[in-house]
Amino acid sequence: MDNALVASHAHTHEEEHEHVALPQHCHHFETEQQQREAGTFGMWLFLLTEIMFFGGLFFAYLLYRNWYHDAFVAASNQLSIKLGAINTAVLIGSGYFMALGVWAAEVRKKGLLVLFLVITTVLGFVFLGIKYVEYHEKWEKHHIPGEHFDVSEFVNPQAYGLKETPLAPDMAQKTQVFFSLYFAMTGMHALHMIIGIGLLFWLIWRANRGEFSSGYVAPIENFGLYWHFVDIVWIFLFPLLYLINRHPGS
Amino acid sequence: MSEYHDAANVTNPEHAEHHIVTPMTYTIIFATLLTLTAVTVGAAFVDLGIMNPVIALAIASVKGVVVILFFMHVMYQSKLIKMTVGAGFFTFLVLLTMTLSDYISRAWGLW
Repeated sequence: MDNALVASHAHTHEEEHEHVALPQHCHHFETEQQQREAGTFGMWLFLLTEIMFFGGLFFAYLLYRNWYHDAFVAASNQLSIKLGAINTAVLIGSGYFMALGVWAAEVRKKGLLVLFLVITTVLGFVFLGIKYVEYHEKWEKHHIPGEHFDVSEFVNPQAYGLKETPLAPDMAQKTQVFFSLYFAMTGMHALHMIIGIGLLFWLIWRANRGEFSSGYVAPIENFGLYWHFVDIVWIFLFPLLYLINRHPGS
Repeated sequence: MSEYHDAANVTNPEHAEHHIVTPMTYTIIFATLLTLTAVTVGAAFVDLGIMNPVIALAIASVKGVVVILFFMHVMYQSKLIKMTVGAGFFTFLVLLTMTLSDYISRAWGLW
């Protein structure tokens, strides 16, 4: 904050305005405060493009769910609410430690920052591990859309001990639409997490060198925005894919 | 930040104070999010008819807003950032509404 006072002299002597001492302060910003705000603004503009990107997938889901409602209900009930709920909690926990990491950087506690970033990363891996278990089950049941997709659980659910209403063969084929969207949405979400974990390794390495414990918080803060955004996508994916098609009465 | 001379109002045009959110706040938000997750899972097992998706999405929206306001610090940001975030979600809703109004006003169901 001190350098804001220094830089405010820039208006009185335009020609020879002073440079601030902090290494992260770029010359073309009046103050570090302004630089920080510009960074946050830019990060949010990027996140808005991400809203539109995932928004397209969410819209496709909304539309196809209305068209092939019965197929979406039957296919959705194949997902495990237990694993989905555990993963939601894991991801919220990961976001919590990321938020604590931003705090640790702001109060300049290097050890805590590294610790919180490591916990964030570990929870990210736990999420992906559980996701792998879920994907693997779909692989074994031939519920991955394509040539080898198996509709037998949907046309003859009783034979598999399911309480679902049997679907006509043409509607049963539409469960592939659900699984296509399921893999596209959770896959894109997982890809964002993998990219995020890659960035976390880089940030942990830099944090360990003390780069973010001397007042330079922007990379941690902006990565936090990205990580929390990925959380929010999952917060909407979980009810849409796992929850809203349950029918407790039957 | 207002104790220095800045007649042109350029050094900090949004008058944003930098706010450090405390671990206590984060912990309360974390507990809130976990509680809401439990509530939404519980609500899925109660037959509420057409209200099931409505409630699930309402709870998800509350969770999303809480994350944006506190974990993402938008609560403590300048008006510029708040407007940017709001504009993004508003534009997405416009997109949804207009595309949906197109789909539901066609002669679907006649094939």
